[in-house]
Amino acid sequence: MATRRDFLKGALAAGTLFGAGQTAQARETHHVPEGALGLLYDATLCVGCKACVAACKAANGNPPEFSTVDHLWDTPLDTSGYTFNIIKMYRNGTMETKDSEINGYAFMKTSCMHCADPSCVSACPVSAMTKDPVTGIVKYDPNKCIGCRYCVAACPFGIPKYQYDSPTGRIGKCELCRHRHKDGHYSACAEVCPTGATLFGKTSDLLAEAKRRLSLKPGSITTFPRGRLGEAAAPGVTWLPEPDQSYEGPVGHYQQHIYGEKEYGGTQVLKLSAVPFEKVGMPKLPPYSSAATSETIQHTLYGGLVMPIAVLAGLTFVAKRNVKPDEGDEQ
Amino acid sequence: MSAQHHAKPTPVGGPLLNAVTLTAGVLILIMAAILAVRFFYGLGSVTNLNDGYPWGIWIVVDVMIGSAFACGGFSVAMLVYIFNKQEYHPLVRPALLASLFGYTLAGVAVIIDLGRWWNVWNMYWPWSANPNSVMFEVAICITLYIIVMWIEFAPTFFEKFSMNEAKRRLSKIMFLVIALGTLLPMMHQSSLGTLWVVLGQQVHPLWQTPLVPLLFLLTAIIMGYAVVLFESCVASSAYRRSIEMHLLTPLAKVMLGVVAAYLVARLADLLWRGVIGLAFAPSLEALMFWLETACFVAPFLLIGTESQRRNPARLFVAGIVIMLGGSLLRLNGFLIGYETVIGAETSGVNFRYFPSLTEILVTVGMFSLEVLGYVIITRRFPVLPREEAHA
Ligand code: SF4
Ligand code: SF4
Ligand code: SF4
Repeated sequence: MATRRDFLKGALAAGTLFGAGQTAQARETHHVPEGALGLLYDATLCVGCKACVAACKAANGNPPEFSTVDHLWDTPLDTSGYTFNIIKMYRNGTMETKDSEINGYAFMKTSCMHCADPSCVSACPVSAMTKDPVTGIVKYDPNKCIGCRYCVAACPFGIPKYQYDSPTGRIGKCELCRHRHKDGHYSACAEVCPTGATLFGKTSDLLAEAKRRLSLKPGSITTFPRGRLGEAAAPGVTWLPEPDQSYEGPVGHYQQHIYGEKEYGGTQVLKLSAVPFEKVGMPKLPPYSSAATSETIQHTLYGGLVMPIAVLAGLTFVAKRNVKPDEGDEQ
Repeated sequence: MSAQHHAKPTPVGGPLLNAVTLTAGVLILIMAAILAVRFFYGLGSVTNLNDGYPWGIWIVVDVMIGSAFACGGFSVAMLVYIFNKQEYHPLVRPALLASLFGYTLAGVAVIIDLGRWWNVWNMYWPWSANPNSVMFEVAICITLYIIVMWIEFAPTFFEKFSMNEAKRRLSKIMFLVIALGTLLPMMHQSSLGTLWVVLGQQVHPLWQTPLVPLLFLLTAIIMGYAVVLFESCVASSAYRRSIEMHLLTPLAKVMLGVVAAYLVARLADLLWRGVIGLAFAPSLEALMFWLETACFVAPFLLIGTESQRRNPARLFVAGIVIMLGGSLLRLNGFLIGYETVIGAETSGVNFRYFPSLTEILVTVGMFSLEVLGYVIITRRFPVLPREEAHA
């Protein structure tokens, strides 16, 4: 009896040790890939025209959604299974001054951040959410998706949404307009943005541009690009030629924080704002991803199935002794 | 080893048509009608699920809590075959039966909730599988466990249909089946908790911890014993049999031991992460936390002493309280302590979730299905030990 118990304990301990050994390979938070494509949204340039919301709807063939009684215009309040991009608004006090935290207002774009280490991809049991190894675009495949909505629960930005009104509902989310790339079109939201508040490009180029803006003196005049920044594209893609659309304007009173540079290991969509990010609905996130935490636990316990097999061996050994044939009969 | 002569399980017999089975039948029909609407018009037509709360009671109650209630088979089998407490042997088969139903129905509940259920084969398709996903691991383990349990339970059917040869062959490898039947629930019951780790700070810090797999595993074992206490009391009063107190009293003590281990782990984790202060904040989460904790402390007051443990009414209540505590842990982490981070101030949308009547009726229908199945099987198949066992 004692020996059996000891064996079980030994097996469990061995399993734990193996597991602990695996912790050394604890999964690090992933970082943005080299060829990552993304957006830079500068809230101080945004005029709240919502041209990007309309363009996104058109580019993705999404129907309008109504939040007013008269059902006149597309008025979604948040992203949904049919709305992949919206402009939200911060309001305070008298709302007199744009981009002022007190008695002011400000805009914020809400769409998929294309995280370096996306929770949605880690969560998805059937690889319907995947991250492109080259462009880093987080893609969705409805032909694999089982509609479990784990990605919806997991995303720290509340982005993927399910279409609850349909018996064959899909998950809806921004895929950086990847379906338009083969025709030389980039993100529709950036293409139509009149002020360059939403800018498309390679994440590393966009980060450099964001840093440039933060280094300038607020109020001084500088050049702002519009549409797309640089020529970098996905393999096999060339963007349609475009005239230079850049223009001169005053530098905003930025928070010294590039949202998305560090959050959850980084995101391919970057944001600048004059009002603190938490006030405009962007969550305060640690520099490591919860996908890394979750996968570290899973790999520690189940990596190479070492621990389960060790435990199973222990259990089998003990059960073999305790399940007597005659009794097995009765069982 | 102790208690070698156990009574052979025998069918209870008696009519299949009675007030209980009729009520269950009606509730199941109502569920079927609601599900027909769900499959024709989508999840939104009968549930209150929304963009802020993608998971409702069909997942948290029917699957998470339902499968934990179904841990009796695993908890008792572990006690009997792994820790070699053969005296509990008569409890194995009834507990296993409840588990079999609980799990099979949890599997059905998952399919009902899946928005694109026809793609579910991708879960078992190597080119789609995502081993990094906690849900993938849970799904595979639960599927395997349901199969393993049917095999574990097969002797009951073999006996019923006098298939002695099949029964003899199976008994030779039964130890392996039992070992698997212990490992698999350990794996997925803990992972059901790990599911919320990737949700990050959307889950309140009182529940969001890397220790959650251990907490879920321990509570699943505890709830398994609690269900056995509860179920034995109900079965003996419903079938007017004497209660197996000689088994339940010591079983309750084993359960208390695991509860104590759980409470230590739970408290140590809160202290270590330095979030215990949140339990004293004036919030719904703090209130729910104390309710949950009280449910795990109450059994020590109810059945803390040996004489209290000889009182069937106390065992029954302790069983219910524990089942409630384990349910609250799951409900708190996945629903009450869960909040999507999208700023309500900037969008004007404040997501709330409370199950709709139709949603609740489906959950009720699921549990009715379980009761109906249990009654039919115990009355017609050899599951419960023969009455003379206690004489
Ligand atoms: S923002 Fe959400 S949906 Fe987009 S990649 Fe990150 S986790 Fe996925
Ligand atoms: S809903 Fe679809 S995309 Fe999202 S996690 Fe589930 S299977 Fe993956
Ligand atoms: S990239 Fe395309 S899909 Fe994404 S927000 Fe912009 S327009 Fe919408």
